[in-house]
Amino acid sequence: FYLTPPQVNSILKANEYSFKVPEFDGKNVSSVLGFDSNQLPANAPIEDRRSAATCLQTRGMLLGVFDGHAGCACAQAVSERLFYYIAVSLLPHETLLEIENAVESGRALLPILQWHKHPNDYFSKEASKLYFNSLRTYWQELIDLNSGETTDVREALINAFKRLDNDISLEAQVGDPNSFLNYLVLRVAFSGATACVAHVDGVDLHIANTGDSRAMLGVQEEDGSWSAVNLSYDHNAQNEHEVERVKMEHPKSEEKSLVKQDRLLGLLMPFRAFGDVKFKWSIELQKRVVESGPDQLNDNEYTKFIPPNYHTPPYLTAEPEVIHHKLRPQDKFLVLATDGLWETMHRQDVARIVGEYLTGVHHQQPIAVGGYKVTLGQMHGLLTERRARISSVFEDQNAATHLIRHAVGNNEFGTVDHERLSKMLSLPEELARMYRDDITIIVVQFNSHVIGAY
Amino acid sequence: AAGMFLRLLSDIQWRAAHPKWRRMTSSQRSTSSTPEPHPVSLPAQAQVVICGGGIMGTSVAYHLSKMGWKDIVLLEQGRLAAGTTRFCAGIVSTARPVSIELKMAHYSNKLYQQLEQETGVQTGYMKTGSISLAQTQDRLISLKRIASSLNVMGIPCEIISPKKVVQLHPLINIHDLVGAMYVPEDALVSSANVSLALATAASRNGVQIHERTSVSHVTVQKGRVTGVETDRGRIQCEYFVNCAGQWAYELGHSGEEPVHIPLHACEHFYLLTHPLKEPLSSSLPTVVDPDGRIYIRNWQGGILSGGFEKNPKPLFTEGRNQLEIQNLQEDWDHFGPLLSALLRRMPGLETLQIMQLVNCPESFTPDMRCIMGESPTARGYFVLAGMNSAGISYGGGAGKYLAEWMVNGYPSENVWPLDLKRFGTLQSSRTFLRHRVMEVMPLMCDLKVPRWDFQTGRQLRTSPLYDRLDAQGARWMEKHGFERVKYFVPPGKDLLDLDHSKTFYKPDWFDIVGSEVKCCKEAVCVIDMSSFTKFEISSTGDQALESLQYLFSNDLDVPVGHVVHTGMLNEKGGYENDCSIARLSKRSFFMISPTDQQVHCWAWLKKRLPDDNNLIMEDVTWKYTALNLIGPRAVDVLSELSYAPMTAEHFPSLFCKEMSVGYANGIRVMSITHTGEPGFVLYIPIEYALHVYNEVMNMGQKYGIRNAGYYALRSLRIEKFFAFWGQDLDAFTTPMECGREFQVKLEKGMQFLGQEALLEQKQNGVYKRFTMFILEDHDTDMDLWPWWGEPIFRNGRYVGKTTSSAYSYTLERHVCLGFVHHYDEKTGEELVVTTDFINQGEYEIDIAGQRFQAKAKLYPFSSLFTQRRRKDEVELSGYQRE
Repeated sequence: FYLTPPQVNSILKANEYSFKVPEFDGKNVSSVLGFDSNQLPANAPIEDRRSAATCLQTRGMLLGVFDGHAGCACAQAVSERLFYYIAVSLLPHETLLEIENAVESGRALLPILQWHKHPNDYFSKEASKLYFNSLRTYWQELIDLNSGETTDVREALINAFKRLDNDISLEAQVGDPNSFLNYLVLRVAFSGATACVAHVDGVDLHIANTGDSRAMLGVQEEDGSWSAVNLSYDHNAQNEHEVERVKMEHPKSEEKSLVKQDRLLGLLMPFRAFGDVKFKWSIELQKRVVESGPDQLNDNEYTKFIPPNYHTPPYLTAEPEVIHHKLRPQDKFLVLATDGLWETMHRQDVARIVGEYLTGVHHQQPIAVGGYKVTLGQMHGLLTERRARISSVFEDQNAATHLIRHAVGNNEFGTVDHERLSKMLSLPEELARMYRDDITIIVVQFNSHVIGAY
Repeated sequence: AAGMFLRLLSDIQWRAAHPKWRRMTSSQRSTSSTPEPHPVSLPAQAQVVICGGGIMGTSVAYHLSKMGWKDIVLLEQGRLAAGTTRFCAGIVSTARPVSIELKMAHYSNKLYQQLEQETGVQTGYMKTGSISLAQTQDRLISLKRIASSLNVMGIPCEIISPKKVVQLHPLINIHDLVGAMYVPEDALVSSANVSLALATAASRNGVQIHERTSVSHVTVQKGRVTGVETDRGRIQCEYFVNCAGQWAYELGHSGEEPVHIPLHACEHFYLLTHPLKEPLSSSLPTVVDPDGRIYIRNWQGGILSGGFEKNPKPLFTEGRNQLEIQNLQEDWDHFGPLLSALLRRMPGLETLQIMQLVNCPESFTPDMRCIMGESPTARGYFVLAGMNSAGISYGGGAGKYLAEWMVNGYPSENVWPLDLKRFGTLQSSRTFLRHRVMEVMPLMCDLKVPRWDFQTGRQLRTSPLYDRLDAQGARWMEKHGFERVKYFVPPGKDLLDLDHSKTFYKPDWFDIVGSEVKCCKEAVCVIDMSSFTKFEISSTGDQALESLQYLFSNDLDVPVGHVVHTGMLNEKGGYENDCSIARLSKRSFFMISPTDQQVHCWAWLKKRLPDDNNLIMEDVTWKYTALNLIGPRAVDVLSELSYAPMTAEHFPSLFCKEMSVGYANGIRVMSITHTGEPGFVLYIPIEYALHVYNEVMNMGQKYGIRNAGYYALRSLRIEKFFAFWGQDLDAFTTPMECGREFQVKLEKGMQFLGQEALLEQKQNGVYKRFTMFILEDHDTDMDLWPWWGEPIFRNGRYVGKTTSSAYSYTLERHVCLGFVHHYDEKTGEELVVTTDFINQGEYEIDIAGQRFQAKAKLYPFSSLFTQRRRKDEVELSGYQRE
């Protein structure tokens, strides 16, 4: 059973989305030219989410990828809500007041975000009132706390992440009279999500990362080649600092049980995440909420299960690590992607593939036989692959799609192998997860002219 | 994991990357008798200086010295046989579609075969034979056509089945083949060594050879070569021969008086492998797989395989560029498709180890034929270059013809198809050349079908009516850069696209042209014939008449207003041009020649007209738009537009008068149509062109006027047995041989060029005779169409070839024109051809191996002529060539 190339393309392109920053007077004055995003499910339904929006009351653009686990509820909630929390955190006191007054007097609200969404990216209508109320409580507190200082982006990002996670936790503890909503907030809290968010404003690029998604900058060297710069650190067992942090936060007696089999408490891969109240709440709180909760929650073995060696919660935080980078003209693009991509591709390859795709130049090094022993057949195979690599570039109109094609279809030579691609995409649902993870990618392209003029 | 074996190479220089070659050639060089790096000083003067020590230069030197010219200097900027010659694949192949090229290759083969014996230099000559494969029926037809012409030349050749192919070459995969052509006498040589052998022989005959000497430019005074400037001093000379290969264009442009040599280099790749486990025999035939675009020969136990890709890489467009030369690299990605074709053809080679991919630039010309001959502007400046990657096949023959040309004033064969003068300055643009060679190089392997047109370098010269005609469905072909209409596609009718319209059978425009022909016969058609070459020759006294009377065979001392058809003959009585000349006044003449005569005819006349300020010749081609009104109602249209009587009593055939048409005055109206049909050609000053065209079309409506193209014209004139210069007529054909004695006035009271030869022919008879053949058992719908070059058989014996053909819509038969010779049955000696000999024979025409009965005629069907003619003349002239 094989998928034809058009079938493969229709699968790969189903979720692709592109946004081009509009030009004024034939000029784009933004440091961002636009972005391409796409996602390829392995789970059914997909547990990854993505968001992109332009801040309307402050400057800048927000982009984020969210990798859910134990269901998609938390990732969905974070993808809907986090950018509002960030935008609000960034707003000056006067604007917050204006908004609050508008809500108070029932006037139309100033729009805060302009979303750039694929039709498949949905917002839950039922919870919007609940979410709005939590957000309003947040800005009211911000108004009360008016420090008079200008808002620091780093702080705003950290505050927003923490506040949203806190709200998720509170909403689950309080519950909701509406049984659907009650179940929803519980599902959000008991599932988890990592988040990797970029805020671009002029040459200031901030990456706030919680978990093991990753942000990577594509840099074009003077000789035209491409290199990758990491703008986030994975929060997982491979990150020594992270392991160190977790150990510092808990008594020495727990040192051995904290990280087992590269997982937090032997269970969780990311060391930071939204939701996942099972790693945050006390045992008592968890039992109370589960028992008083709806039957569906009670019947769920996972929610009832208490992690082993669970002594000094919380073990998990949503606090992001924020990295600031001043964009330079050689910084051509940013890739935000969930771990599904990074598991299959080295960042250097990602930089090269996207770089070559965006510039349309395919710096294929010429081949020379030199003194080596190569047969006609070997050479033929090699040339066929190189041709396929070039032709795959022309198939895609979206850099993220192009990356996914490589991530899924690459053979040992680093070229897309249609046969392999076809096999990977036609795996039955239950098998897909064994061979690949959900992949979500956003590729942001920078405007070097504008950046150079700063 | 082939990648592991590969070294990525970015900046290593070309030469350094090819140590094997260098070693090989240096060992070859020890056999050379040529001087080493710091040779004797250059002579101050010589009769001939040849620039270029490749196969062409050495072949010219060899042949010149053989013919007795000794005072010859050959200059080579680097080392002998070090350019394209050194790298070329060394295949000597006679399977060429153009007859003159075939003859050159045949001669080369014979020359190389005995060269080692003659010179003592090893040439690596090996008679391997060659197999040309056909993957399609159309390809097989084209091979059969070549086979027919090889066979009648006495070159062994057969069409073989795929099974036979395997017997000849066990490695070939035949599952996709429909047949093949086997030429057993084709050969392989080491091209560098052939060149060195020729140099050695030339050197023994007294030719001085100087390596490491660059020609910077050639000096010309009063239109004659006077000398050569080199980096080692000046050499005075009478003759200069530009054999600079891909640098010939640049060298031609380096002097004060540029010589335009339109050629352009393209990268050309071929692959060398290590020997097979069981090394290939050196006698294994060369394989040409044109449908796969590749050739494969045995090479030192392994193979050498290259090809002509669809996407060639032109280079040196901006001239000689050291950087580009050094960066000539193996480009495997570019070679990929050819490698696929190779492995498809010989799957067994998968495990064969690569030695090297050689990048060897070759030069290509705008029409895929090589360039030889004398510059039209600088006398004594000869050129031999642009071999379209067949240099080694042509080298011997081309050198011979050029040497003959220089020594005797003309080569022993008709080389017009290769003559430098077929081009003008207009083919000399770098952009044009770059674009055109990108089309030409893939054509090396493309199917060559009749009526094929180049697609690049178009719309250069156009009539002012171009857009009007185009909007009415005109389909275009190009001649000497000029766009001409083939036919008009009626609205709502679609023809096949270019690729699908390629056929050896009945073409898709058959009915369209048929209706245009019908309209010419029954009503009136307009054909834009602006491309014709037009000269005006005038003088203050009788100089013009006197000169022209000497240069043309017909009597031009006719009353003012008469038009004369006449040949412009050479000393041997052969046609250098065939034209119509109108006497505009006592002292001025208006001369109409074929389109591609623009350069040749100009040079011919310039060289021979007296150097007299009172005699003026002007090229007025660009000044006039020519509209040909063909058909019985042309007279009505024109008389209504001019309010002048146009009937035969007032305006007999072969007259020329300036008159007004519509509002426009000063239109030269000539009562000729170049078809034998009644009608007129209007020579219109270009600013009036659109006006006159509109008037003619409006007025013509009630007479059923319509546009027509050259295909209709061609059918009309071939059915009337009109010969075309360049196609049927050439410098080796006299008026006596094509039934045009009436256009020669042997007693016009003064000497003229070619007179003696014609007198002799008149007395002794002719050795070939232009004949018309009507195909008898040929099914227009089902059978292959004749084209030109088909062998003619008389009573089963080969007597000549056709020169042109067309379907006659009136006779509803195919008409072929061609020359019949009379070869002695035993000795093969050429005998006089008499009328009886022609009439008493049973004829067959061989189209791709299939013979069709044909009826021979020496005179056209009189029933086809409806026109009243002037008593002393019939209109028998044509300028057309496909």
